[in-house]
Amino acid sequence: MRAVIAEDSVLLRVGLIKVLEMGGFQVAAEAGDAEGLLAAVAEHRPELALIDVRMPPGFTDEGVRAAMEIRRRWPGTPVVLLSQYVEERYAADLLSANTSGVGYLLKQRVADVADFVAAVRRVADGGTALDPQVVAQLLLRRDSDPLARLTPREREVLGLMAEGRSNAGIAQALVVSESAVAKHINNIFAKLDLPVVDADHRRVLAVLRFLGTSRA
Amino acid sequence: MTIPAGLRRTVLRARRDTGFLAAGVLPHLALVPVWAWAATTTTARTGNWLLTVSVSAVLVLLGTPVLTAVHRARYRVLIGVDVPRLTPTAPEQRTWASTARWLTATRPWRRIGYHLLLGPLLALLELLVLAEAAACLAGVIACTWSWALPTGIRQDWFGYPTQLPAYTAAGLLLLCTLPWTARAVAGAEARLALGLLGPSRAQRLQERVDQLAVSRTDLIEAVDAERRRIERDLHDGTQQRLVSLAVNLGLAMATRPDLPSDAREVIARAHLEAKEAIVELNDLVRGLHPAVLEDRGLDAALSGLAARTPLPVRLRVDLEDRVAPDVESVAYFVISEALTNATKHANAMRAEVTVRQVGEVLRVRVTDDGLGGADAAVGTGLTGLAKRVGSLDGAFHVSSPVGGPTTVTAELPCAR
Repeated sequence: MRAVIAEDSVLLRVGLIKVLEMGGFQVAAEAGDAEGLLAAVAEHRPELALIDVRMPPGFTDEGVRAAMEIRRRWPGTPVVLLSQYVEERYAADLLSANTSGVGYLLKQRVADVADFVAAVRRVADGGTALDPQVVAQLLLRRDSDPLARLTPREREVLGLMAEGRSNAGIAQALVVSESAVAKHINNIFAKLDLPVVDADHRRVLAVLRFLGTSRA
Repeated sequence: MTIPAGLRRTVLRARRDTGFLAAGVLPHLALVPVWAWAATTTTARTGNWLLTVSVSAVLVLLGTPVLTAVHRARYRVLIGVDVPRLTPTAPEQRTWASTARWLTATRPWRRIGYHLLLGPLLALLELLVLAEAAACLAGVIACTWSWALPTGIRQDWFGYPTQLPAYTAAGLLLLCTLPWTARAVAGAEARLALGLLGPSRAQRLQERVDQLAVSRTDLIEAVDAERRRIERDLHDGTQQRLVSLAVNLGLAMATRPDLPSDAREVIARAHLEAKEAIVELNDLVRGLHPAVLEDRGLDAALSGLAARTPLPVRLRVDLEDRVAPDVESVAYFVISEALTNATKHANAMRAEVTVRQVGEVLRVRVTDDGLGGADAAVGTGLTGLAKRVGSLDGAFHVSSPVGGPTTVTAELPCAR
């Protein structure tokens, strides 16, 4: 699978290329700023764009803007944003249009190579990968809504779902059985008044859409 | 023989003060001819007194600024006293009333009074001091010139043998008082000039307050800019390097499963430590100046802050619009420090943050259910916050009875 990388730190770019190659990607192009990234995407039409949020010239949210531009101009291009800090507002921007094929992770997650590669592959396949810190921020913002009805355990499960994990992944993370997870999830859907759907990632999208649209 | 430092200083000062007084005689007498002319013409009723009065008035009005400038230079150059210039701000709308206010703000009558009435009196005082200086010098060195006098006068003045030493002694005595006399007159002149030629006390204070307000704002901006610069440097440098290090260690673990177990263990530990270092540095750098604060504002920046706090935080932000960057940054640091205190020192279970804009005041409140007993007078963190809030003319208050709860409030003026 072809990938492009936008990261202004040359040092880190080298590491990212190695990690992506380990995950079975071919890095078709690398860029140091948003302009270069858009040109690279236009040229290579990659199956994944890995983008740093803070890039020249402003060093604020250039990556987020570039990602939204990519998704507007070439819909369906999976993007994964990396950042030293994650911000709920950037996540909300990213998820506002479409939640499939989107990832937003802390840079330090790249160090856990296997997990990172799995998350990136999930996004490339049309899934989502949100950093637990993003999820925590999104959950924090809705305290006066149905989420308040969830038990702490159910919130935990919802958080893991929002990160993009499967039932098996959640069960593994919480060290419980998969059937227990399924029960929690059914409770969550009931409490959030969401129809039960079976497809793995659609369930996540439903939750994310709920997170993304019910902002008070 | 060396001259004692004290004596040397006194002599130099006396010379400086006398020179200063001597330089004042002519400018102080400058308007006397106008006086004399006007007085003789009007009393003698010979000329056209109306013309005389108007011409003198014009001369006085034209002379006043020139003489004021001369005196300001004399005070500044000769005795180092800076008589501030009068610079009232010109009115924005020019009406008769505002122009009149502007004119009277410079207080022209005081300056005219100084040059016209006080000037001659001051010149008299100055001449007296100069006469004293001349007399005492003449007395001290009487023996050197008394012989040159005509015989009659010499007989008259120095007839008795005791008279010459008496003149010398009197001259010496007078010489000893000269520095203080000159000092007193110069000091009195300086005080008069400051009061009459310079701005009033209220004007001076107003000007000073304006200056201080500007320099304080500049200072705060400079500090904020410096924090931003350090944040950027760390972000672009050390943080990327650390992430790269952790990534490479991660790659080593992932690509070389065949390494001996002790080597793998060392790499695993280094990997873990690198990741911990990233988290620690991130927290530190985030505290300097979060980029999102600049980019998306206070509300957005608080999400990350609350989510990273290890206890449940209830966040309520009610802002109509972005407030000024310095207000946002102080509000952010108040909340950040209060949440840190709640976690580290108060053992709180939960915290609540409310930010509300009420009219032109941004009200920030952080409450926790911890142990309480925090004292703004002792804790350096809270003292620093009080100072930062104070730098924006805000109000800062901590209520923390022993046993809790602790409430930190800050009210920041945020008129744009």
